[in-house]
Amino acid sequence: MTEVLVLIDAPDGKVTKPSLELLTIARRIGEPSAVVFGDADTGVLAEHGAEKIYTYDDAVYSDYLVGPKAEALTQLVGEVSPAAVLTGSSTEGKEISARVALKTQSGWIGDAVDVQADGGTITTTQSVFAGNFTVQSQVTQGAPVISVKPNSVAPEAAAGAGTVEAKTADISDGAKGAKITSSKEKAASGRPELTEAAIVVSGGRGTGGDFTEVEAFADSLGAAVGASRAAVDSGWYPHSFQVGQTGKTVSPQLYVANGISGAIQHRAGMQTSKTIVAVNKDDEAPIFELVDFGVVGDLKAVLPQATDEVKKRKG
Amino acid sequence: MTKIVVAVKYVPDATADRTFSADNTVDRAGVDGLLSELDEYAVEQALQTVEAGDGEVVVLTVGPDQAADAVRKALQMGADSGIHVQDDAIHGSDAFATSEILAKAIEKVGDYDLLFFGMASTDAGLGVVPTLVAERLGLPAVTFASEITVDGDTVKIRRDGDVATQEIEGTGKLVVSVTDQTGEARYPSFKGIMAAKKKPVEEWSLADLGLDAGSVGLDNAWTKVESFEPRPPRTAGEIVTDEGDGGAKLVEFLASKKFV
Ligand SMILES: Cc1cc2nc3c(=O)[nH]c(=O)nc-3n(C[C@H](O)[C@H](O)[C@H](O)COP(=O)(O)OP(=O)(O)OC[C@H]3O[C@@H](n4cnc5c(N)ncnc54)[C@H](O)[C@@H]3O)c2cc1C
Ligand SMILES: Nc1ncnc2c1ncn2[C@@H]1O[C@H](COP(=O)(O)O)[C@@H](O)[C@H]1O
Repeated sequence: MTEVLVLIDAPDGKVTKPSLELLTIARRIGEPSAVVFGDADTGVLAEHGAEKIYTYDDAVYSDYLVGPKAEALTQLVGEVSPAAVLTGSSTEGKEISARVALKTQSGWIGDAVDVQADGGTITTTQSVFAGNFTVQSQVTQGAPVISVKPNSVAPEAAAGAGTVEAKTADISDGAKGAKITSSKEKAASGRPELTEAAIVVSGGRGTGGDFTEVEAFADSLGAAVGASRAAVDSGWYPHSFQVGQTGKTVSPQLYVANGISGAIQHRAGMQTSKTIVAVNKDDEAPIFELVDFGVVGDLKAVLPQATDEVKKRKG
Repeated sequence: MTKIVVAVKYVPDATADRTFSADNTVDRAGVDGLLSELDEYAVEQALQTVEAGDGEVVVLTVGPDQAADAVRKALQMGADSGIHVQDDAIHGSDAFATSEILAKAIEKVGDYDLLFFGMASTDAGLGVVPTLVAERLGLPAVTFASEITVDGDTVKIRRDGDVATQEIEGTGKLVVSVTDQTGEARYPSFKGIMAAKKKPVEEWSLADLGLDAGSVGLDNAWTKVESFEPRPPRTAGEIVTDEGDGGAKLVEFLASKKFV
């Protein structure tokens, strides 16, 4: 069986859930080989089906933007002729995969939400136009290079050999043009990661700047907190929590929009959520066109009651 | 003297009903278009950069006849001149082909210092054209900038990532992609609108760029769309008005769906 190269994301050595999802998808196509820059918990990779684990350990990969990683991955593609290359759909994952595709003259598909393999044919699904259409695509040249969105599949455990092979690559001077001069870690919120969470509770301009009720309701459900651009632009919530076209795309089991009108750019980031609930005091807010359940009312009254009710039910 | 080329895209209006044509490409004829709102931020940052010293802003677009509107809007905002690459053979080009056309056009411009791009186009955009153009031109790219400082031939950007805020530095000719976090883009003034009428716009064809029609367009893409379908309309949900029990009703619904 041919190898499928999977680019692993592991901040501080901890393999992310989307990376484990990629390993699961890779097994549909061939034998997963994990590609790791820096440190990663190799045990977890083997438990999720990685037969081989290629590791690259050099400061060049963390000191510069995507250039060196793209060159190293391209050299590895040349060496092992994989059936496909998979990366996550983070900005970095997309930039690396697009560059690898160009360097290897292979077709590239970005932001796939599903990847199916039928014999030798790989078909991807993407969601376009604010989630209003789904598109099935195939690569017509080279080994497909695909970036896959988080939550596309549930990661499945499967024993792999997990044979570690330390690699080196020749990095050109040109790849070192954009240097990272400082990096400040953000404080963790203690809540689930927005794009990975099963439940997202968001607040918009209707919060009036106070996210207390939204956060309390989110915590009662064990949910991540999101925000509309209006809330972010007003400085009420950090940009990394913005949901929508220029923020995160989320596709949780449950999305609760509070004081959010439902503009097309916001919808673009949440429309594919399985169940959608909204609280808004305007019964004509467009968000109500999307909901499975809606409450016309003031979030300042509705959310605290809902929070108490959840706590009561959970005992 | 800093010369900045800003790549801008003409896109179908996001608030209109966007759809596909019979050949599975984005329908660009059926809906009104405009300069991608996200590219306005790139134009704004380019204008601020040259205003701080002295310099020139050139806007570059690849697109159909109507794409001239996108160039015009950027000129009204204050850009100095425009380049519009158009050719029937471009129809259906993907990000890879588009990046090749842009790279060739940029090479033809030649004497630029910096290349600014939007973070992503508001239609099917994936935000990879900037990195692909950089790759083709062999230039470094500092992408997804939340803040840009140009100091001589050094460009510093701040990038707000998920886990960290990074400071990134590049020197020499380079590609910068600009997010909507960089600050509001200006509206064209009356004076700007009048002045734009006299600003030069060059029209280039693929032949002008030394590109063969056979290397771009729908039939030459490395990927193909097999099929597309509209997402099934959501079935109308239940809407209740809060009469002091809205929160309880909401949780009742969540419990019925096993979320609680
Ligand atoms: C290029 C571009 C990209 C964009 N990207 C994004 C993006 O990524 N994400 C995003 O969200 N937006 C984005 N936008 C902005 C988007 O168009 C909207 O302006 C934004 O989503 C509005 O946020 P909002 O719903 O919180 O505010 P509003 O539209 O002002 O809605 C506030 C809502 O709160 C309700 N409300 C007020 N008070 C209460 C109360 N006490 N209780 C209950 N309800 C109340 C009101 O009835 C109203 O419906 C983008 C726009 C552009 C042009
Ligand atoms: N046809 C085009 N003409 C000019 N610039 C473009 C074109 N397509 C994309 N771009 C530039 O590349 C950026 C990212 O686009 P995309 O990769 O399509 O999301 C845009 O914001 C523009 O700056």
